[in-house]
Amino acid sequence: MHDLVLKTLGIGDLLAWLGVPDGSLVYPVVASVFPLVFLIIFALLAVYAERKVSALIQNRLGPMETGPWGLFQTTADILKLIQKEDITPKAADKILFFVAPVLVFTGTYASLAAFPWSSGFVGADLNVGIFYLLAISSLVVAGLLMAGWGSNNKWSLYGAVRSTAQIVSYEIPAGLAVLTAIVTTGTLSMNGIIRHQEGMWFGLLFQSPFLFVAFIIYLIASLAEVNRTPFDLPEAESELVGGYHTEYSGMKFAMFFLAEYGNMFIVSGIAVAVFMGGWLTPWGTEPSVLMGVVWMILKSLFFVFFQMWLRWTLPRFRVDQLMYLCWKVLIPIAFACLIGQAAVEVYL
Amino acid sequence: MEVAIFWLLAVIIIASAAATVFSKNIIYSAFSLLFSFLGVAGIYAMLSADFLAVTQIMVYVGGILTLILFGVMLTNRITMMSLKTDVFNFIPGLTIAAVMLAGLLYVIWVTGTWASDSPAAWDTTVETIGTLTITRFLLPFEVVAILLLIAVVGASFIARKDKQKIQS
Repeated sequence: MHDLVLKTLGIGDLLAWLGVPDGSLVYPVVASVFPLVFLIIFALLAVYAERKVSALIQNRLGPMETGPWGLFQTTADILKLIQKEDITPKAADKILFFVAPVLVFTGTYASLAAFPWSSGFVGADLNVGIFYLLAISSLVVAGLLMAGWGSNNKWSLYGAVRSTAQIVSYEIPAGLAVLTAIVTTGTLSMNGIIRHQEGMWFGLLFQSPFLFVAFIIYLIASLAEVNRTPFDLPEAESELVGGYHTEYSGMKFAMFFLAEYGNMFIVSGIAVAVFMGGWLTPWGTEPSVLMGVVWMILKSLFFVFFQMWLRWTLPRFRVDQLMYLCWKVLIPIAFACLIGQAAVEVYL
Repeated sequence: MEVAIFWLLAVIIIASAAATVFSKNIIYSAFSLLFSFLGVAGIYAMLSADFLAVTQIMVYVGGILTLILFGVMLTNRITMMSLKTDVFNFIPGLTIAAVMLAGLLYVIWVTGTWASDSPAAWDTTVETIGTLTITRFLLPFEVVAILLLIAVVGASFIARKDKQKIQS
């Protein structure tokens, strides 16, 4: 697999030219660093995009001073974050406070291991790929609780508990929605799911009304899982200062931020892979490996944009409304979709 | 390489399990349990039991650990002082632990047959597990389903607001 990744990126030739022998450990290491580089560049551009999108929606200009159209604004922000003093509050639990951002980022980065970038270009095309992607996000939950507790700050703890309750609840409709699609594809492997969608316009999305509704449910639940508006209660600025990362500054804060934007991309990627044909072209043919990466990223970026769009147009839910929506609206509908789709599979 | 990973996982599991037991701080215990669970999932993955490994993460890390943490955080206020654990009943506990360890070791020694090489290459386990669940192990599966249903009904009954109490 790494050969393919490196060949696609043109780094393989570079390493060979530098005299790295074939089959050495350097190749897999470089290949596994690729998602990290992507994640950092993505976060840089996504923060910029978020500001520009919010500015457009609110009839402002957004960042304009740093570089042409403010393009270097986030780069400057990162430089600022790196230079910042790393503050640990006196009352905080030193160990938990330090481990929490690492754990949260590990959860995000580990999901990229099974992320289907393109045909053959997937870190590990597990037989249980989609199940792994849904499960590994529980590391993020543990990390958030650790951050909230370790900060020893009431806002942090409230944020963490809200966030965890929200993620754990919305995992159920999200899982059921994905299950509806899996009933059709008959496999849990990410590339298997995508290959099943060959020849379909926009993938599984328009194959049956149940799948379409399941997709909407997944979209709503994924917003809650990454704590985005209208479900951004864990970070509700007006109530909780900053939620679980209130006490964090400098690089630790940057890691939370990276994980958050990484998760935005990953949930979009899962939605695209399961319901919209992943790296297939929108008209359902198999592109070349490199074009597959382009299609996958383009489709995912559309949903990242969608999340930003919602963030700046919708108000925030209340806690009870949030739980009502999950348990009494989304889960019953998701179950109905699952049973409906299973009936379609059996009888049609 | 495989041996190195195995030893790394073994050290993680044993060290974090020891931290879980010996830590005086219940929060530390809960969080070191996390690494123990992850290590065990890693061992499962090395044994080609991919479905089991992911289920381990989903159920133990995503479910049980979160539940434990919630339990700890909601029953106590944010004062670390009240969250200490201590050693009680040292002699009886030690005796029971020693007896259980001896029993386990005996069973392993007498009945255990060790596989001399690593299991066959990765093969999809999901379909086999699914088929067996609804054929050979249907009864246990249904019993577990009913048990979980009872738990859900019981939990929502306890959590439900008493309407008469609110009105009065």
